[in-house]
Amino acid sequence: MKEITGAEIVIRSLQAEGVEYVFGYPGGAVLFIYDELFKQKKVRHILVRHEQGAAHAADGYARASGKPGVCLVTSGPGVTNAVTGIATAYMDSIPLVVISGQVPRRAIGEDAFQEVDAVGVTRSCTKYNVLIKRVEDIAPTIHRAFHIAASGRPGPVLVDIPKDITAELCEFAYPKSAPQLRSYNPTAEGHIGQIKKAMALIKKARRLMIYGGGGIISSNAAGEFTKFCEELGAPVTNTLMGLGGFPGGHSQFTGMPGMHGTYETNMAMQHCDLLLAVGARFDDRVIGNPEHFARESRHIVHIDIDPSSISKRVRVDVPIVGDVCAVLKKMRELLPKHPPDAKALKEWWKQIAEWQEKKCLRYKKRAGVIKPQQVIEALHKITGGDAFVTSDVGQHQMWAAQYYAFRKPRRWINSGGLGTMGFGLPAAMGAQFAHPDAAVACVTGEASILMCLQELSTCKQYRLPVKIVNLNNRYMGMVRQWQEFFHGNRHSESYMDALPDFVKLAESYGHSGMLVEDPADVEGALRDAFARKKELVFLDFVTDQNENVYPMIAAGKGLSEMVLAEEL
Amino acid sequence: MLMENEPGALSRVANLFSARGYNIESLTVAPTEDPTLSRMTVVTAGDDAVVEQIMKQVNKLIEVFKVSDITEARRLERELMLVKVRAEGGEARAEMERLARIFRGAVVDVSPDSYIVQVAGDRKKLDAFLRAAGGANILETVRTGVCAIARANGKGK
Ligand SMILES: Cc1cc2nc3c(=O)[nH]c(=O)nc-3n(C[C@H](O)[C@H](O)[C@H](O)COP(=O)(O)OP(=O)(O)OC[C@H]3O[C@@H](n4cnc5c(N)ncnc54)[C@H](O)[C@@H]3O)c2cc1C
Ligand SMILES: Cc1ncc(C[n+]2csc(CCOP(=O)(O)OP(=O)(O)O)c2C)c(N)n1
Ligand SMILES: [Mg+2]
Repeated sequence: MKEITGAEIVIRSLQAEGVEYVFGYPGGAVLFIYDELFKQKKVRHILVRHEQGAAHAADGYARASGKPGVCLVTSGPGVTNAVTGIATAYMDSIPLVVISGQVPRRAIGEDAFQEVDAVGVTRSCTKYNVLIKRVEDIAPTIHRAFHIAASGRPGPVLVDIPKDITAELCEFAYPKSAPQLRSYNPTAEGHIGQIKKAMALIKKARRLMIYGGGGIISSNAAGEFTKFCEELGAPVTNTLMGLGGFPGGHSQFTGMPGMHGTYETNMAMQHCDLLLAVGARFDDRVIGNPEHFARESRHIVHIDIDPSSISKRVRVDVPIVGDVCAVLKKMRELLPKHPPDAKALKEWWKQIAEWQEKKCLRYKKRAGVIKPQQVIEALHKITGGDAFVTSDVGQHQMWAAQYYAFRKPRRWINSGGLGTMGFGLPAAMGAQFAHPDAAVACVTGEASILMCLQELSTCKQYRLPVKIVNLNNRYMGMVRQWQEFFHGNRHSESYMDALPDFVKLAESYGHSGMLVEDPADVEGALRDAFARKKELVFLDFVTDQNENVYPMIAAGKGLSEMVLAEEL
Repeated sequence: MLMENEPGALSRVANLFSARGYNIESLTVAPTEDPTLSRMTVVTAGDDAVVEQIMKQVNKLIEVFKVSDITEARRLERELMLVKVRAEGGEARAEMERLARIFRGAVVDVSPDSYIVQVAGDRKKLDAFLRAAGGANILETVRTGVCAIARANGKGK
């Protein structure tokens, strides 16, 4: 067999994995790899403007497409710049394969130029990482990397490759079947005994609440989940990561749970007698203080592919380790023998309807001032609730989650676990690459957008028609809101002074910008922007500066201790 | 626990303990009869919920092949200790030799005013030796940390 260089092996391996896009940035340690990229056409390289953008773009691509995202960065600062993006993907269980260059083997440990212990630095924010030491290990390691990243509970994998190896020669043969790893073998099928126990509880339940999370999205189980929920007839909530796992406009959908969840959902989470958790991890933003949460007695069934997610914060009665889709299929088969109690369900809905009477997402419109919620509602209307919506972190993120009413999975792309400002724009690029003809919106705030702004240049280079919806409140609104509630309204460093003129800024990158100040113009501006199918449009909405996100539960409090808008 | 005998596997386990705030009282690691696997014994403390999480988290590491909690199992536990003790004058030297014998240890190095005593056993035994020798007589101690193995039919007491 012909021998080829390590660099060519890297590229041929990516081709063998069917990789469409690699998001990256060149540098000394990866020059051989870049040279090989240049010589072929199958794998397309997308040149970002900062390695954080590369990792977020690969992440956005993965979330929108369901396939692992790939990025390529150089040693030292290249890989440290990517760390925020890797950690973001790790916290949200998103499959990424990150290839980083490393200094030549003989220089490792000598404080060589641009040397960083990439494996050490990323150890606690990757699912797996490895430094390759021999050219013949490149292909099997990349093969393993893709398998580990995408299977079980997905996550980022980093493969660190010393430069000298990429110039060495070796025969290339890419493994054909999935690697057999004795130490890694995620369980997909749920234990049938456990599933039967769960079904028995469902049959007995009088107040069932279904709590679905990001696991539904990563398992591609939205269809199965929706059917099961409809068969059960019970109220359904989706976490911030699970939105779109169940249709947002559905009559059984009670809104998001948690810190900024709806009143009815949080009350139902607290007062149900059976909680069915599906690919959700009882995050502190969702259940608040576990002690308060545990005070009410109820049974909990928890389906999760990662045993360590189960009984981590809350003890559950029936753990089911397995893939959401596989387990739900089995449960649906057994459902006819375990029909839920129809009479009790009716009573339960009566109670839910009472809670819904609070209309906790109501907000007051004001003449002359754009309400951020209204921008999101208009965005839903103009895009038919069907756009890929990415977001940054802050109030705008919560409003997008609360008011867009996502109908389909993978449409809502945000950093839930790490809460990374700067995620939105590069993630939107990734989503647009995954779906070139789809409407992609990046809902952001004037503070967040400045964190990865340089990617506007990438958007220009690749003609990405992302629509940026900037909810510009001239504050780090989420920080200001906490200061208002918990720090005597002292706005310590949360005011965004000296903001750029976003319209001119967009124009300087070769895009169009629109300034929108009048509530009457909101819909028109959005319609106009989305009609420009080939252009990036930066919509700068000047919104109510003092609007807060409601309802709100203070950190550490229990789910019944919500603060509602009208109570203030 | 059994894990792949690869560079980095040890640091991954150690990192997990510190990153998640679990404490390590002792940790030993060495290759097994199968040279591709290492065995690590970790002594840690925590209530049932914490230990359950530790087991799950460790199991999640890609390189970890098998984890068992042998706290409740019938097990053999051994730790090796080398202690440099003061041994000046005939009486003190004889006393130290006797003590070593009682603990089934041995004097393995001799100098004019000190001995090095080797003792093996479970942690309690080693602690007892140190107490018996008396704090003032102890110049330096080196302990390996515990290694343990479940006995046949290891379940149940
Ligand atoms: C400013 C801010 C405010 C927030 N407020 C809220 C809030 O009010 N409400 C809210 O809900 N969140 C909120 N969050 C998000 C929160 O921090 C968490 O990210 C989120 O709640 C976690 O969602 P999840 O439980 O669905 O878990 P994810 O992080 O999506 O984890 C998925 C779970 O599913 C499992 N899984 C993955 N794949 C599979 C599979 N194939 N089969 C089975 N299981 C699988 C995983 O093991 C994991 O346990 C907020 C975040 C920010 C930044
Ligand atoms: C990288 C990073 N730094 C700091 C924070 C803390 N933080 C959370 S929200 C927020 C303010 C965001 O302001 P903006 O983007 O204007 O959004 P708004 O809340 O005003 O909608 C800050 C600073 C964060 N989440 N990420
Ligand atoms: Mg703001």
